[in-house]
Amino acid sequence: MAEDVKTPAPPPPPEGEKKPAAEKTAEGAPSVADTKPAAPAKPAAVAKPAPPAKPAGPVPLPWISPLVEKYKSQYGSAIEALTYLGQNYFAVDRSLIPNLLRLLRDEEEFDYCVDITAVHYPKREKQFDVIWILYSFPRNERVRVKTQIADGASIGSSVSIWATANWLEREVYDMFGIHFDGHPDLKRILLPDGWKGHPLRKDYGILQQDQEWVQINLGIESGQ
Amino acid sequence: MNDRADQLSNLDLDAPDKTYLDSNELIINMGPQHPATHGVLRVILKLDGEKVLGTECVIGYLHRGVEKIAENRTYTMFNPYVDRMDYVAAVSNGLGYCEAVEKLLNVEAPARAKYIRVILTELNRIASHQLWLGTHALDIGAMTPLFYTFRDREEILKIFEKYCGARLTTHAFRIGGCQYETYAGFEKDVKNFLTFVAPKIDEYETLLTTNRIWLERTKNVGVISAADAIALGVTGPVLRASGVKWDLRKAQPYAAYSDFDFDIPIGENGDTYDRYLVRMVEMRQSLLIIEQAVNGIPEGPIMGKVPKVIKPPVGEIYHSIEAPKGELGYFIVSDGSTQPYRIRVRPPSFVNLQALDIMVRGLLVADVIAVIGTLDIVLGEVDR
Amino acid sequence: MPNFIMSYLGSTLTPGGAGNQFWALIYVLIIFAGVSVAVIAMNWIERKALAHFQIRLGPMRVGPHGLLQPFADALKLMLKEDIIPSEADQFVFWVAPLIGLLAAFTVYTVIPFGPSQAVSDMNIGILFMLGVSSLGVLGIVVAGWASNSHYPLIGALRSSAQMVSYEVAMGLAVVSAIVMTSLNTSGTGTLSMIGIVQAQQQQGVWFIFKFFPLGFIAFGIFAIAMVAETNRAPFDMAEAESELTAGYHTEYSGLRWSLFMLAEYAAMIAVSSIAVTLWLGGWMRPFPNLLHAPAWDFIFSLFPGLTFAGLAAIALIGTVRMPSQSFFKIQRIGLAIFAGLLGLIALLLLVVAVAGRSDSGIVARFNDGIGYVYWFVLKVSVFMYLFIWYRATWPRYRFDQLMKIGWKVMLPISLGVLVVTAIVGVIF
Repeated sequence: MAEDVKTPAPPPPPEGEKKPAAEKTAEGAPSVADTKPAAPAKPAAVAKPAPPAKPAGPVPLPWISPLVEKYKSQYGSAIEALTYLGQNYFAVDRSLIPNLLRLLRDEEEFDYCVDITAVHYPKREKQFDVIWILYSFPRNERVRVKTQIADGASIGSSVSIWATANWLEREVYDMFGIHFDGHPDLKRILLPDGWKGHPLRKDYGILQQDQEWVQINLGIESGQ
Repeated sequence: MNDRADQLSNLDLDAPDKTYLDSNELIINMGPQHPATHGVLRVILKLDGEKVLGTECVIGYLHRGVEKIAENRTYTMFNPYVDRMDYVAAVSNGLGYCEAVEKLLNVEAPARAKYIRVILTELNRIASHQLWLGTHALDIGAMTPLFYTFRDREEILKIFEKYCGARLTTHAFRIGGCQYETYAGFEKDVKNFLTFVAPKIDEYETLLTTNRIWLERTKNVGVISAADAIALGVTGPVLRASGVKWDLRKAQPYAAYSDFDFDIPIGENGDTYDRYLVRMVEMRQSLLIIEQAVNGIPEGPIMGKVPKVIKPPVGEIYHSIEAPKGELGYFIVSDGSTQPYRIRVRPPSFVNLQALDIMVRGLLVADVIAVIGTLDIVLGEVDR
Repeated sequence: MPNFIMSYLGSTLTPGGAGNQFWALIYVLIIFAGVSVAVIAMNWIERKALAHFQIRLGPMRVGPHGLLQPFADALKLMLKEDIIPSEADQFVFWVAPLIGLLAAFTVYTVIPFGPSQAVSDMNIGILFMLGVSSLGVLGIVVAGWASNSHYPLIGALRSSAQMVSYEVAMGLAVVSAIVMTSLNTSGTGTLSMIGIVQAQQQQGVWFIFKFFPLGFIAFGIFAIAMVAETNRAPFDMAEAESELTAGYHTEYSGLRWSLFMLAEYAAMIAVSSIAVTLWLGGWMRPFPNLLHAPAWDFIFSLFPGLTFAGLAAIALIGTVRMPSQSFFKIQRIGLAIFAGLLGLIALLLLVVAVAGRSDSGIVARFNDGIGYVYWFVLKVSVFMYLFIWYRATWPRYRFDQLMKIGWKVMLPISLGVLVVTAIVGVIF
């Protein structure tokens, strides 16, 4: 019964600090992520002093190279070139795909498509980041191309540029539901054909599964 | 080269379980349970008599959602999961992951840890190639090399067990270095192993390399040209056998490989025989690397300066290593918390398996099994 | 009764030749029992030898060193459920293994273990042998057909295609051996198996060494063809487990399957016997002409006894080396009994050999008979071991490569050898 369920107690206060009752009720649900040790405060203090500022980590820096100059002059603001921890990447507008990729392969000799993958940011307007990781044998360089697309939008397929994109894009479709225009055979690859849902999206729970498929095909109530 | 992409997986298979014996084309299903598909792999073959017209691989039988799990574990907690993907070469998987996270944290493992990592990874490379050889030869009909290679592989597994307690899914490395110091007698064991296994590799070669039947079964079988291989993203010994001299240990060295002197074997024709030769030479080169490494392990700490709670700053990184099967890459997206926001594993076997279709066009059914064996796939890695 | 036995032992004809049905029947029963024992032994040796090639031990538990394993396997197969596919043709399904078995065993009618130790010495012995062994193909095709499933059917057709194509080369190799028999002093050749061995005896050379390397090449052709005939490695694509078509015996289980295996091993022994008869001097001991003093005869007649004594010694060493836990007590006892049996046989044979030296009657004939059978069986055993060795060492040929070898390599070579043998035989 709901009334008997107590709200879980807040975590015990750190050593040497007594929390006033006002603070307890104000906290409500326990804050699990609060791992930073708070400086011992006076019992009447309400606000904890701010934690010491961490040194700034690496940030993406602009990537400067003749390649970048060339594409910036061609595409202008639709393309942004950055480098982070020594790895260069282009953050481009969706309209540039797949032309930019084709140019990269044909002119810049990025002949090996290492990977195609996606990341889901549900809180963003354009929820998906689609990322191509390319490598050039002659130059021994790796570059990433990132673009953002909205949920439900589709993006051009690069199967005609690199044959390896076939299964890589199928997996992105399978896991995220991103549709690739022009893919010869876009169907699920890792999950069974009739599965509903795209697991690597953030709104797909870790224990979630397509109950209907499991019941029909495996004859059991649930796989859990 | 571009129109090849349209030929891939265009088999018009809406009812793969029916067989049509009255027309010339036959659709045969291999697997998922099959003694020769190295795991749960289903290959649907479209045959004209005995010649293969096309294949379609159905994978996903071993999909465990490793990438999704990663988003719910901390970086340290995810480390053991990584071994289970390519369970044959677990140490390589761990190396790639630890190095990727270290890159994200912008720390480096100390030199001693790097040397230990190299030694264990190269031992694992030999073990993986030995398993490949045994199973590949068994598929082609030679029963005996399997037992020889597994027997000799035991020595490597014994070293792993003494080092970290596990033989197969070793979880040998930690983010920042190694957890375990080398046990007393580690160098001696490794050196003994080197002298032990070199004549064994000669033995395998005696059985197979100049064997007339082996040559007939593997020469000109499953040919893939260098251009096709690059377009299909194939890496590892498969790419090297097609003539592309590229190995991540030389092209973009990681973990102390730049300190060692070794060769990259390449083949000429890109057929099964060349892949066999390339892997045999790779085993011997690994022995060279291990010898150089074990003779010069520097003293020092084995763990770098890594915070207790690993919280990389916001950003993305892609790091790849040369696993025994190809380029194993980790693309990690961090959002600043203790749990990775997204880990993408770029599995070499998954991408290599895509090349199966091109490689078996026009071959006979018996060759399909040889080609699957020569690609050296591990379904744990294909499906994750 | 003793007269009866004496009359047999005094005869120099085979029972078939003498028209003696009783002894022919005895012979048939002896051969049947002998081949069955040989197949059982072959099963054990195959598993043990294969295991030792693969640095493992093989069966060790069922009986000391796995000696009772074949019996356990036979018992298990007999007790298995007899599954017949519902769509299969019932009668044909039942009769298919019997056809194969019939073909394999009937060949033994003409195989000579000695100059008068054969069921019957037909003058067309070798022709009979080739013809009857070809009937084995029928058994396989019928088995694949009766299974009513396309994988066994494809496997059966492949097996039969393979066997038929290698029979041609086999036949031509056999003909070149027959040609050599006609180089007797009498000028006529013979197709009878006993006659072929006697021709070798008369010409003083095993045909494998005659007109070297012609005899050797013909022997080589036959040796390869016989491996392909019996569907053994490296020509066992049709029954390999890692292929798609699982072979003609897929649908057979239990006793029926064991009948197929029996037929296969019996065929192996049969074709090896033919190779031995045609090229390796049949029942003749080594160097019968070069070393023909009675002393040498005596020494060579000790061989059977010494072989069994050696086997007994090995078994004794095994007994001594048994681990001393209580589980192994019964194995130790069993192995000791086995060693004792072997020793007893060894003793018997040695006694006969020694007695036969000074005697010239029944015991001598008995001694000679044992000698003939012993040398014959020894040579056949070498072939059996080779069969196992091939299986352990080599990968499998792909089916089209197999057929290519049969038609494009073996056939021309055997034709060539035949022609050259004939020419050389005329010249010399």
